[in-house]
Amino acid sequence: MSASTDDASVFPPRGRGALPQPQLGALLDFARTGVGAVARRVGRAACGLILPAFVLAAWCSAAAHHWVPEQLLPAPASVWQSLRELWAAGDLQSHLGFSASRVAWSLAIGGSGGLLLGFGMGLSRTLRAYLYPSFNVAAQFPVLGWVPLLIIFAGIDEGLKISAISIAVVVPVTINTLKGIANIPPHLLEVSRVYRFSLAQVLWRVVLPAAAPSLFTGLRQAVMQAWLALVFVELLASSEGIGYLIVWGRQLSQPDLVVAGMVVIGAVGVLLDLALRWLESRVQRWRRAAF
Amino acid sequence: MNETPTRAPLRPAAATRRIDPRAFALPLALLALWWLLTAGGWVDTRLIVPPGNVLRVAARTLGDPVFWQGVLFSVARDAGGFAAGALGGVALGSALGASRLAERLIGPSFHTLRQISLFAWLPLLSSWLGYGELSKLVFVALSTLYPVALGTFEGVRGVTLEHLDVARVYRFSRSQLLFRLILPAAAPQIATGLTLGLVYAWVATIGSEFLLANWGNGLGNIIIKGRAAFNVELIIVGMLAIGAIGTSLNRIAARVEARALRWQRPPT
Repeated sequence: MSASTDDASVFPPRGRGALPQPQLGALLDFARTGVGAVARRVGRAACGLILPAFVLAAWCSAAAHHWVPEQLLPAPASVWQSLRELWAAGDLQSHLGFSASRVAWSLAIGGSGGLLLGFGMGLSRTLRAYLYPSFNVAAQFPVLGWVPLLIIFAGIDEGLKISAISIAVVVPVTINTLKGIANIPPHLLEVSRVYRFSLAQVLWRVVLPAAAPSLFTGLRQAVMQAWLALVFVELLASSEGIGYLIVWGRQLSQPDLVVAGMVVIGAVGVLLDLALRWLESRVQRWRRAAF
Repeated sequence: MNETPTRAPLRPAAATRRIDPRAFALPLALLALWWLLTAGGWVDTRLIVPPGNVLRVAARTLGDPVFWQGVLFSVARDAGGFAAGALGGVALGSALGASRLAERLIGPSFHTLRQISLFAWLPLLSSWLGYGELSKLVFVALSTLYPVALGTFEGVRGVTLEHLDVARVYRFSRSQLLFRLILPAAAPQIATGLTLGLVYAWVATIGSEFLLANWGNGLGNIIIKGRAAFNVELIIVGMLAIGAIGTSLNRIAARVEARALRWQRPPT
């Protein structure tokens, strides 16, 4: 550092020459805090891994010493093995594909139904008076209660799964849409009236941005409910899909398949959660930019 | 303390709550449509059963002790699992919220396991604990645990440093800190978690009875057997019973919550 100060005294800093030093300092600071942050993050992740590592070690030794019958607790190696076999044979992908398409269809059907209901009841007092009490009563019923009835009407094919999961999606989407619209500050609507916004403008430029966080909460709950309902329906009645993988393992008395299915379900759950969080941060950024 | 209660009372005045007659239009229209379709013979009455039959089966079912036994079993299962899960959830949530170390050690595992869709646990639990009562109870408890632990965690995290400082000044012991500061301060969020936990517990009870229909006794078992016998009337009655019991449980919980948290409301 002394060399650079000497240089500075020989060549007095002028104009652009003065810039590098603070930049260097800032860079060093940044590097230091950056390294610190990275180290902290690594440390935190390591802390979080202690418990799983411990459990995994206990599991491995339990399997190696045959403390528990293999029928009850499959060895981690055999779970990994069956996961790899399922992947190599393409079974895993096709089961996942079935499940994903069920969730996607239900989100599309239930989500648009929920948005329609939510916006309708949120914007029209008359519609709300006619529909909301019935909706509220129906929403109190757990989705699972509908399933036996749906089986009678829709059989046990795709129709059952999509209708059951759609019902699971409609409820949170409608409730949150309604909530989002009800919580729009009245002065925003007054301003839009002053500016003589058309209905489309009010919807697009006031209602939608103001209700966006609530809509997003609805989406998040809908995805989680859909995933819950999907696994239930697939366990109850299906011949393909990720839940069926578990049923299949159970029927073949292959506990490694059961655990493999759970691992996949957990992994998809984590990915969905991450994706939703990412989307949420995007939505909020857009919201900040809008105002 | 110049904190005057400027907030409006949280409850809408009960006197102004009057049921709008328009609320009945849709249910009545649907009932009329149902009756017309079945009475006119336009639909397969084995699939879409006449409303009269449902009423008859409902009357018979409500007079049947087997049905009430099933209801009793289900509610007991629900209550037992809920109690265990709620206790565990409050304990886990307080630990995660109050101790950084616990949060770093357990938190990531907890948040990862939470992502496993609940019902995926049931086959594994039933192979470990058998098809009896225990696996259902553990499953219901697990379903309750997650929302309660999350609510408690958030509540405990919301305790302010000022409160903690006051407690330090008064030299609160650890148990005083927990029972006189942390849990009361976190009470609203814990209540939210418990309410959600109750909903999940009921869903888990019915779901486990559906999935393990050949074992044990319960409302879910009765309905699934009704489906096997293609007894649509019984299924509808059972569905209404599930909804009614779930709704009344939630009502009771809301009452209890309102009473237990009455001290939290600003004076009116």
